[in-house]
Amino acid sequence: MGLFKVLKSLVIDSLDTITKGSKKYHIWMGALTLVILVGMYCYSIQLDEGLSVTGMTDRVSWGLYISNFTFLVGVAAAAVMLVMPTYILKDIDFKQAVLIGEGLAVAALVMCLAFIVADMGGPSVLWHMIPGIGVFNFPASMLTWDVIVLNGYLFINISIPFYILFRHYQGKEAKKKVYVPGAVLSVFWAVGIHLVTAFLYQGLQARPFWNNALLGPRFLASAFAAGPALIILVLGVIRSNTSFKIPNKTIKKIAMIVTVAAQINLIMLVSELFKEFYAPTHHSESAYYLFFGLHGKDALLSWIWTAIPMNVLATVILTFGKFRNNLKVLYFCCFLLFVAIWIEKGFGLIVPGFIPGPYGKIVEYLPTGIEVGVTLGIWALGAFIFTILAKTAIGIELGELKYKKKEKS
Amino acid sequence: MSENKKWFTLDLGLNKKSKSSGSCGCGNSEGSCNSRMQEVKEEELSADEFYERAVNAAIGDERKKDGFEQVFDVKMDRRDAFKKLTASLLIGAGAVSSCTSITKDSDSKEKAQIDWEEQFKGNYKLMTNDEKKSTVDRLMRSYELRTGKNINISSKNAEEDVLFGYAFNISKCQGYMNCVSACVEENNQDRNSQMQYIRIHEMKDGKGFNFNEADDNYYHEVPAEDHFYMGTQCYHCDNPPCVDVCPVQATWKEEDGLVVIDYDWCVGCRYCMAACPYDGRRFNWSKPEVPENEVNKNQHYLGNRMRKKGVMEKCTFCVQRSRKGKNPACVEACPTGARIFGNLLDSNSTIRWVLENKKVFRLKEDLGTEPKFWYFMD
Repeated sequence: MGLFKVLKSLVIDSLDTITKGSKKYHIWMGALTLVILVGMYCYSIQLDEGLSVTGMTDRVSWGLYISNFTFLVGVAAAAVMLVMPTYILKDIDFKQAVLIGEGLAVAALVMCLAFIVADMGGPSVLWHMIPGIGVFNFPASMLTWDVIVLNGYLFINISIPFYILFRHYQGKEAKKKVYVPGAVLSVFWAVGIHLVTAFLYQGLQARPFWNNALLGPRFLASAFAAGPALIILVLGVIRSNTSFKIPNKTIKKIAMIVTVAAQINLIMLVSELFKEFYAPTHHSESAYYLFFGLHGKDALLSWIWTAIPMNVLATVILTFGKFRNNLKVLYFCCFLLFVAIWIEKGFGLIVPGFIPGPYGKIVEYLPTGIEVGVTLGIWALGAFIFTILAKTAIGIELGELKYKKKEKS
Repeated sequence: MSENKKWFTLDLGLNKKSKSSGSCGCGNSEGSCNSRMQEVKEEELSADEFYERAVNAAIGDERKKDGFEQVFDVKMDRRDAFKKLTASLLIGAGAVSSCTSITKDSDSKEKAQIDWEEQFKGNYKLMTNDEKKSTVDRLMRSYELRTGKNINISSKNAEEDVLFGYAFNISKCQGYMNCVSACVEENNQDRNSQMQYIRIHEMKDGKGFNFNEADDNYYHEVPAEDHFYMGTQCYHCDNPPCVDVCPVQATWKEEDGLVVIDYDWCVGCRYCMAACPYDGRRFNWSKPEVPENEVNKNQHYLGNRMRKKGVMEKCTFCVQRSRKGKNPACVEACPTGARIFGNLLDSNSTIRWVLENKKVFRLKEDLGTEPKFWYFMD
């Protein structure tokens, strides 16, 4: 089969590309590998001793892992913000960025799945969840919906860029007829993954902090701010380190998306704060705990009061076109926004859901070193995967990687 | 194994291997098991195949393995090897007979077989009665092999026309916590993490049911002055939010209203814990340990059998007792008579009398969970 030959050659070529690079590249990859190994070591301890090595308890039963999972689903969903203008609205500006965006989505999804597995008490019996050989509680459990949408999204985001790159690798144009339906599907799917992840929390009547109708829309808004913000930062790095051309126009367009999403996100935050604090009820206690502390327990205070000003500052600066179009300011704002939303939507959302407990008991949560180690390891894994994907994609797009038809050697 | 299993058993070629080596399906190569032979004969076989199998069954390993392999090519860990070495030295000295080492070997094979079947067994909820029985038998045998002691694990199903309910008399409870310790002992809960299904909340008189200011972890003489006590545990809701969210149906509501968990099917995602509005569920953050002499050996598969690390557990209204017509341990242990348990469908039961004659209420009724656990006062 000719296709298999091309595939083999592609794999060999990309292996060749990803193992060669500047000194900086090797240091980067080496450092990531080291962090991954440390993370794996930490995880081995967790496997051996059980989840008791984490800071989680019966009172706060989800922590850093689920927080990062929630945030990263948003990052993955954000790829759609690039896909839609490129493939559907036919805005040519994004073409270069979209492959990067989809690569980012793949890396983010791999991290999501890794965080889920890290959070499981029995990773060895996860086959219980596989339909057919296990019992898949679909459609009752939102978690099964999440499993479907995440894996489906992962499949879409691997197959579309792979098809395009595979064609380009052979020196052919990718056929629109083939990939555009997939791209359209991925747009809806991306909204789906984030909405379903929000429903995971939103559907719990036991946790009033999560059980509000705004959670889903707010997830989307914050995702479409934080995700593209990360893409801008990544594009900036790629621009300065490779000869891959990304015009300013593209970055500015993405900046526009970030700005609008951040503004909407801020409006929703105000709405949420108004509801919790204008006429506080028994259900506002979690919000009180998050923003002001309860009965002297205030572990999250410094975090949330770092996040809110960062969020507001970045949104305000981005609102003014003059600042937004200055790339240095833009990068700074994107960084602020990314960190702010990571805090807000990470443990700013998950941990207060459990505090105070069902009977008002306030037990605080602090991640342990091992938990942090595993988390860093998974982030490094994501960065590692993304670097490999991006390097191959850029190589193909630049024409450095090309299938040589009549090569004998 | 029955033909209509509802779960999947991974076929890693072990069965084929055992056919060619002639040992039977139970993993016992010493020939004490003859079920396999009958099965084999019942199958339709060609003459050649039958001859092959008959030879296998008769001489088995010996045809293929030479003496060296039989003695040395045996998989064992260092400890086993050391034991065997010592044992053979002793045999040499005529101190013990060789049969001990043979039984030891067959035991470890059976253990491995049990572990294998345990790893790939199905969801208890979907098992037939026979499958439940054999699962339970396997667990009992496993315990016997490992500790040399016998336990009794029941797989008794819910009885018809039974719906369990519970009532708690707030006026009577004095906070002695006998229920808590009885529960821990009855249900084999992890002693290290001091896991408790029941929480007793100490509340101040005159403040109403103010859980926020209640203390559920007190260490002082009770009843404390100007205080009253209220116990919470799993309420076995009729519309349990924890059941719907489980991605693998490892937790469900039984016919008699008990909300139970298949500990071995649970994947440990703790979604049910987040979904429970009553703090009714507990997680094994590390390997649960109960000293051997404190293990309650009267167990139920869905109740107090030993758990492992990384799975959920919770109050089952002592399914191992209640399905035998006994009261749960907490009810029996309560010195004040504050706890009442019974069949809601039996119009002569005490619980029905309480529901009909007392002003009863339930916690967080607005959530629509319909707990089968009522509070009342004298």
